[in-house]
Amino acid sequence: MAKDVLVFGELRGGKVKKVIKELIAAGKIITDGNGGSIDAVLIGSGAEKEAEKIKSLGLRKIAVIDEEILANYSTEGYAGALAGMIKEEGFGYILLGATAMGRDLGPRTAAKADGVMFSDCVELRFEEGKLIARRPVYSGKLSIEIAAEGDYPVFVTIRPNNISPAETGGDSTEIVSRPSGVTQEMIRAIAKEIVPLAGGRPDVSEADVIISGGRAMKDAANFKILEDLADLFGGAVGASRAAVDARFAEQPLQVGQTGKVVNPKLYIACGISGAIQHLAGMRTSKVIVAINKDPNAPIFEKAHYGIVGDLFEIVPILTEEIKKLLN
Amino acid sequence: MKIIVLLKRVPDTEAKILINQEGTGIRKDGVKFVINTYDEYGIEEGLKLKEKLGGDSKVTVFCLGPEESTEVIRTALAMGADDAVHICDPALESPAPFTTSAVLAKAIKDEGFDIIFCGKQGIDDDTAQVQGGIAEALGIPQVNIASSFELSEDGSRALIGRRIEGGNEKIESALPVIVTCDKGINEPRYASLPGIMKAKKKEIRTRTLADLGFDEMPAAGRSKILKWLPLPKGGECRMVEAEEVSDAVKELARLLREEAKII
Repeated sequence: MAKDVLVFGELRGGKVKKVIKELIAAGKIITDGNGGSIDAVLIGSGAEKEAEKIKSLGLRKIAVIDEEILANYSTEGYAGALAGMIKEEGFGYILLGATAMGRDLGPRTAAKADGVMFSDCVELRFEEGKLIARRPVYSGKLSIEIAAEGDYPVFVTIRPNNISPAETGGDSTEIVSRPSGVTQEMIRAIAKEIVPLAGGRPDVSEADVIISGGRAMKDAANFKILEDLADLFGGAVGASRAAVDARFAEQPLQVGQTGKVVNPKLYIACGISGAIQHLAGMRTSKVIVAINKDPNAPIFEKAHYGIVGDLFEIVPILTEEIKKLLN
Repeated sequence: MKIIVLLKRVPDTEAKILINQEGTGIRKDGVKFVINTYDEYGIEEGLKLKEKLGGDSKVTVFCLGPEESTEVIRTALAMGADDAVHICDPALESPAPFTTSAVLAKAIKDEGFDIIFCGKQGIDDDTAQVQGGIAEALGIPQVNIASSFELSEDGSRALIGRRIEGGNEKIESALPVIVTCDKGINEPRYASLPGIMKAKKKEIRTRTLADLGFDEMPAAGRSKILKWLPLPKGGECRMVEAEEVSDAVKELARLLREEAKII
């Protein structure tokens, strides 16, 4: 069975996403247990320049595919390029970030390359010649450990912020340009434009700090106080399903089972009681702070720090206090 | 137009999910099962498209699942779908995602199709893999996490909005295409009483693996669940209290900096 690991370096807006260092660290878990080498591949406009940024992370080779028709992401184009490389060079393990792109590209490429796939993993280990992955199911209400059976390339998407990033060190890695073999006819669904979300804040799935509001926010305009706090950290504003259903917040902000699963360093839940489907989406946050009027709210069972009281009184004071600490 | 919608029977989002005694899966007793939340958006999008096109457009539901899935299939028929194919086979008790893809793709191919709608993922195993496998098996494009959908004026292409981190992508796709729906793309309708009555007379065609021409499980045994794990218990919550709210908040800020080292 093929031992080598291929790490997919996602480019968005011409920049390689930081999850790549976590993927390389995950790759080392495999090669430490199983031997083999780790290669990376960057596809898209600016690939060569961005490849320089991952040159000293212990990789064997960095392949760059920078062609006109692959300048921007398309499922079919990127899956074609990636599957072609996997088939030709015979990788045993392919690692991608569990981002919007990775979750779209991974399954399609795995199907194309006749592989097996584990989505959204949070932990990997190599044991008795097998890669074992842990992944949450039921939006994090439970998790499972899963392994491949048979000799197939194993595709893994890894949820950001779960594996410590690879450290810089080692010799400079060779960067090689690679033809994709992808033709225009292969790409039938094409992104015509990307409209950035208003507000300029990071997406909840990528933010290090999330300030979330629930039904107790009472009105969309009141989210301003959460935005003020979030902006101190360059963080995101999130919302519970109740707040989204009441139209206080837009759907992309929703955290929970029918929204996004998040994993920030700090999650502050303001006026969120903690319905099971909300807790499922945020419980792995490193530090959880709950602000709620009801001392019996279930959110306090999952929080690390709690304050009982009126969020409209507490949040602005907290913003001022944190501002002082940051200055 | 032949519109296909896919649905999966899953535990309700409000359900408490516990591991069974044997440690081989979840406890199903006392758990309410419903149509996968995201698939409801797919059904609604299929129905909207049929209503817009009129004529002889038809919405056919495909569901792979145990016998009990008939209930959720009837719900989709009551919402307005025309008929259904239920793939039900003891060998498909807990199929790997790509096995599901291979079986569904074969059934859909036999039926004929112009467009396929489903949810962006199952809210049970959360793999979001089945659609990619179907798209590959059918050799068609895929657009995931759709937040809007319309056909081009001449009806030859699909125009789809898609949420990505920090923005919205506008995608133009050839047909046929598989579109997976996110919350917010529409407001799924409720089944009306006349709809429920009509649904009782609509046809559900049951198919086994043998009916679909599979001699054995396709792509069988590719992955195996080794262990089911409960969540680690959360730590104790430290309640920050003081006579004055401002003092409590000040203390919280201090704890976040000095103890949690997060600020």
